[in-house]
Amino acid sequence: MEAVSTFLDMGGYAATVWPAYGVTAAILIGLLVASLRTLSRRKAELAVLEAQRERPRR
Amino acid sequence: MPNFLHSLASPARFQRIANAVLPWASVLAIGLIGTGVVWGLGFSPPDYQQGDTVRVMYIHVPAAWMATFCYAVMALLSASFLIWKHQLADLAARAASPIGASFTAIALITGSLWGKPTWGTWWVWDARLTSVLVLFFLYLGHMALSAAFDDRERGGRAAAILACVGAINLPIIKYSVEWWNTLHQGASVFRMDGPTIDNSMLWPLLLTGLGFNVLFVVLLLVRIKSELLARRIEVLQRARASGRG
Repeated sequence: MEAVSTFLDMGGYAATVWPAYGVTAAILIGLLVASLRTLSRRKAELAVLEAQRERPRR
Repeated sequence: MPNFLHSLASPARFQRIANAVLPWASVLAIGLIGTGVVWGLGFSPPDYQQGDTVRVMYIHVPAAWMATFCYAVMALLSASFLIWKHQLADLAARAASPIGASFTAIALITGSLWGKPTWGTWWVWDARLTSVLVLFFLYLGHMALSAAFDDRERGGRAAAILACVGAINLPIIKYSVEWWNTLHQGASVFRMDGPTIDNSMLWPLLLTGLGFNVLFVVLLLVRIKSELLARRIEVLQRARASGRG
């Protein structure tokens, strides 16, 4: 337990190290998630448009 | 080589390559970044002067490397689009700029967090920090121009020109710490005489660096696939609108 709290303390620099890693993770994971969501949204949109193209509208 | 590059201009071929590469590249990126971060945070030594703040280096430096690397890729793609009119190069450049902007933001924010305890300041207008901030604005400008025109082709051309002109910033960033008297330290890894950094720190740094590079490839491939779909959607929507009218 003491080893864990020593590790988390980062020699007194916890306020520097953990926010730095946190911001990095947030930005990279955020970008990945946003990119994947846009990709699946566009796939769905394209599927709808191509289906409409095949069914001629009266 | 030119034939290989020209063959990459085919969207169908790109999809095949992307779908083959993405699964293992994703696993590789997670593995490399995970190993580098765990090693850097838990198993590398603290610095004799900076203590544990040096651990910010394991993400700050790779992010900065990727910030400039991504711009170089974007500039090459833009030149390729302007010279050979490869549509895929235009889409790829658009796909790249948010990734580059993200890495630049990470470099600036983590650098600022690192600077406060070590330099005593969040920011200083030295040549390295200022030129990287300019890089960030170039990315934002590229993203804005890509989206600004109703005619995507015009926006693509304007953005491509900005990317090529802004490339002059890359050697400025690289040599800023030599040409000017900067608070930011000089190069410790990519030097003519080899790295001056100890192996216990160099290894986790290189692992994370390589991991960020593979992550860049993953993000770029995903975003290019997305741009190809957007292009196809636009074509179908225009065809539908003109069919009705």
